[in-house]
Amino acid sequence: MSGIFDRFRGGRKVGSGSMAKERLQFILVHDRINLPPERLDEMKAEILAVISKYVSVESDKVDIALQQRDRNNLLIAEIPFSEQGEDAEIIRELPDIEHTSDEPSDKINESDSAPSDKEEIASDENTD
Amino acid sequence: MGAKVITVTSGKGGVGKTTTVANLGVALARMGKKVVLIDADIGLRNLDIVLGLENRIVYDLVDVVEERCKLRQAMIKHKQFDHLYLIPAAQTRDKTAVSPEDMVRVTAQLREEFDFILIDSPAGIERGFRNAIAPANEVLIVTNPEVSAVRDADRIIGLLEAANRGPGQLILNRVKLEMIKKGEMLSANDVTDILAIKLIGIVPEDDGVIPASNSGIPVTLTEGSRAGMAYRNIARRLNGEQVPFMDIADSGNILQRITKLFGNSNT
Ligand SMILES: Nc1ncnc2c1ncn2[C@@H]1O[C@H](COP(=O)(O)OP(=O)(O)OP(=O)(O)O)[C@@H](O)[C@H]1O
Ligand SMILES: [Mg+2]
Repeated sequence: MSGIFDRFRGGRKVGSGSMAKERLQFILVHDRINLPPERLDEMKAEILAVISKYVSVESDKVDIALQQRDRNNLLIAEIPFSEQGEDAEIIRELPDIEHTSDEPSDKINESDSAPSDKEEIASDENTD
Repeated sequence: MGAKVITVTSGKGGVGKTTTVANLGVALARMGKKVVLIDADIGLRNLDIVLGLENRIVYDLVDVVEERCKLRQAMIKHKQFDHLYLIPAAQTRDKTAVSPEDMVRVTAQLREEFDFILIDSPAGIERGFRNAIAPANEVLIVTNPEVSAVRDADRIIGLLEAANRGPGQLILNRVKLEMIKKGEMLSANDVTDILAIKLIGIVPEDDGVIPASNSGIPVTLTEGSRAGMAYRNIARRLNGEQVPFMDIADSGNILQRITKLFGNSNT
């Protein structure tokens, strides 16, 4: 309930009560298994290394996190396999062709009102 | 049948254990129950003061354990309730003067005669805590809506489970509705979400608590006190009654949830 949910809320302005709750969830998950965050990161890296020995993994989309279910703690891992296995290599041998369905490049400049919005979103994400 | 032994503990100090034991003791006595309170905070005696009984102490728990007196001689009768007794802690000794086995033995002698035996645990996770939980049939964990207090409560719950005394029930003390409404305080729902144990009471912050301790008359005996009402409700729940929770913490939480739902959490 904590991990993903919290990330969605990240960046929005909330009272210190929510901050207290989020901090507690983080603190307790480590307290309970007696594993500090740095050690958890080491463990994640090792798990990933082992899995990568056998299959290729999209390492930037890996999500390994501790979670609480009632008073039990779980390690939840979401490790997507990358499509760049042998199949990807076969495909890569084909020559690139030009894509004709691309939007005309001048259309991008029409959305002039957007940049300020985008900046806001970006800075919001940074506060996560 | 025999008494139910209920230990009140917390991990963190100063969250309201002694206040809770005094008030639950008085509330249960008012319901006609036979109650004995044991101050297990050896060396830091407090419960006698909150109950206004400090002048009547002759013998204490350590005297009983070391057989300098009969158990009955260390039991001080409350001024107002004939069925409410206190066994005070020793003030000049330390926790090692009593063992968990001593606590089991002493409470065993009291079980036949009483309905409830409430034990006031010291803060911490050391010997005094182990003494206090040794004879417990039920454990109440007191915490405040603050990060450090909740963290310590979690540690205690883990230890209780390991000692087969768990999971215990939670009392959230010193709750301020106004702050919860503003989103500036953990609500009861937040805390039970995190600790994942059953809530048995929510006690509001109440300006009547300190004057009550000052005068040695627990706040439960003050009519119209909100904290007093909360303690009386907990006492009834301990007695097996279904009592709805007072409207102090959760209305604020619902409000918070609704504003969150509409993405307007800075109200
Ligand atoms: N609901 C409340 N409203 C206002 N003040 C409170 C409340 N509950 C407790 N207090 C005050 O908080 C202080 C600490 O309470 P108490 O002595 O019961 O805590 P404790 O957990 O027994 O402390 P210790 O760990 O030192 O034994 C006291 O001054 C008490 O009057
Ligand atoms: Mg105390």
